[in-house]
Amino acid sequence: MPKVTLTNLRKSYGRNEVVHGVSLTIEHGEFIVLLGPSGCGKSTLLRMVAGLEGITAGEIAIGPTVVNKLEPRERGCAMVFQNYALYPHMTVRQNIGYSLKVAGMSRAERTVKVEEVAGTLGLSDFLDRKPSQLSGGQRQRVAMGRAMIREPKIFLYDEPLSNLDAQLRVAMRVEIRKLHQRLGTTTLFVTHDQVEAMTLADRIVIMNKGNIEQVGKPAEVYHRPATTYVARFIGNPGMNLLPAVADPGTGIVRLADGQVLAYDKSRWRDIAPGEITVGFRAEVARLAPGGFSARYDFAEELGSAQLLHGTVAGKSVTVQSVGNTGLRPGDPLPFAIAPHELHLFAASGQRFAEQGRVETPARSFTPAPAPTYLPVA
Amino acid sequence: MIERTPLLDLFTHLLLLASFVALLIPFWIVFVAASHDFHTVNQVPMPLWPGDSFFENMAVAWERGNFGRVMLNSLIVAGGVTLGKIVLAALSAFSIVYFKYRLRMVMFWLIFITLMLPLEVRIVPTYAVAADALRPFQSMIDLFGIGINLPEWNLLNSYSGLILPLVATATGTFLYRQFFLTVPDELAEAAKMDGAGAVRFFLEVLLPLSRTNMAALATIMFVWSWNQYLWPLLVVTDHQNFATATMQLQKLIPGPLFGEPPVWNIAMAANLIVLAPPVLVTILLQRWFVRGLMVTEK
Repeated sequence: MPKVTLTNLRKSYGRNEVVHGVSLTIEHGEFIVLLGPSGCGKSTLLRMVAGLEGITAGEIAIGPTVVNKLEPRERGCAMVFQNYALYPHMTVRQNIGYSLKVAGMSRAERTVKVEEVAGTLGLSDFLDRKPSQLSGGQRQRVAMGRAMIREPKIFLYDEPLSNLDAQLRVAMRVEIRKLHQRLGTTTLFVTHDQVEAMTLADRIVIMNKGNIEQVGKPAEVYHRPATTYVARFIGNPGMNLLPAVADPGTGIVRLADGQVLAYDKSRWRDIAPGEITVGFRAEVARLAPGGFSARYDFAEELGSAQLLHGTVAGKSVTVQSVGNTGLRPGDPLPFAIAPHELHLFAASGQRFAEQGRVETPARSFTPAPAPTYLPVA
Repeated sequence: MIERTPLLDLFTHLLLLASFVALLIPFWIVFVAASHDFHTVNQVPMPLWPGDSFFENMAVAWERGNFGRVMLNSLIVAGGVTLGKIVLAALSAFSIVYFKYRLRMVMFWLIFITLMLPLEVRIVPTYAVAADALRPFQSMIDLFGIGINLPEWNLLNSYSGLILPLVATATGTFLYRQFFLTVPDELAEAAKMDGAGAVRFFLEVLLPLSRTNMAALATIMFVWSWNQYLWPLLVVTDHQNFATATMQLQKLIPGPLFGEPPVWNIAMAANLIVLAPPVLVTILLQRWFVRGLMVTEK
């Protein structure tokens, strides 16, 4: 199976450019998720690969073939649409088999293939129903069956799960992952849901305003976000980001309110003194009296933990706590962050270069420390 | 929603009932008149219960009006107009909605303008064209001073002359355009991904989806073209072969000027004959008709 190469791809509507020169190589069999907020150009990119949108500049190649001028049917892609786009007047059987009918396959052959595909998707009992008689999840499966039956070189998913309710979404996510494991077809999956992206992707492509911000494995974009945009977008909640002034001599950053945080000097060697952005994840903060402190605002209950929202130097921060803190709004919220858990970004939003541990930090399997209960003030 | 307005309900139902009766009275009178013999129908006041000469009157009317022939003519014309309209409307709307080309909006407005110029308004030029269908082209050629003479193509006294001018109007195109606009774009894209070209998409996806639409258009167009009176009267001079049912009906209505006997029983029987086909078509297609004019299921 071929790899897909996008080279300096651009798309304009009139004078309005929405994709600004995107380059990306997708290896054979890879599951790539295009992630970004609405309007970032991710769907446009997918539709350009599908052949539903023209290409303003640049090149798309599937294997050795440049497909810029090829019609959708000649590209060997199959697409699953957000609202399923099933033919309302056809039964499930006809919907799944339509592309084969167009291709001129005989009725007998078609029946065999449709039943095979329907079997793998658990649709065998619904073959003679119309789409209007199916539930959302079943319709989604029919849409997938319609894509599968063509044995495409590339699967394209355009936000396929966003019309489903939360439980079904999780279930379909698992099914899509299983399907990919079984078929091994190169897949391009567009979503705005970072949980979907993290759980499904071999590699995530994070897009912002028509540009690629970062391409990386899910753990990589989570642990080493290349820009403040990625840091904020990935993770739930996103990374806490605070403006600070760096002092590379002593290895500390100073926040606007005078509080300081120490960072790992051996790792961040190229920090210039001056304005930077410092970031940390909510779950790495350890609640501990003394040292760093925020003003407590409110808490969100997650069941397994609580998210404590507070304010530091005029910016809101979120830290995770395992137990009930008994804090009241306005109380001080003291916490500590280990130096190696700090992420440093230049004022431009780019992550500073790091030495040493370039690989993804391994998660420790040591049990988490006992929750720190704060004395009630 | 729960509403408790018994008095209003009673009032509206009475009003509906009264309107319904008022609507049916003329039909009842036509039927009663058609069922009496010549003497009874001319009594003053005319009886309001049916007599026993219904079938006799119908037979006389059918014979005298040459209805065997003219009903066939009307069926051909109404059927031709209906079919032509549906094909033309679906194709033109498909072109306007699904293809991007230069002059698309110009085409759209050209079609739109025909809504404002019904046949009755442009009847003289339309007649001139029907008399020689190639004449507009001949005029254009003459304008450039080229000495080519196109042959004369006369549509008078022919089915095409009766049908074609009635086909070329915009109502159907609009009905179809509105319907095509409600079809989600993804459907067209899915068809493209499935490898279906434009013609296939039109025939296998759009047309089946627009069945109710088609039934609605067929009903409206059949009734409308069946009832056409002015245009056939102009185009047809060969009444023996090309008269339509509505034209023929007029001849059976006794006129006071010529001292004809007031054979209202025969005239009313003929009326019922001419009335029957559009009523039947409406009843048969009514279920689809109503659905087609409402928003279609997705």
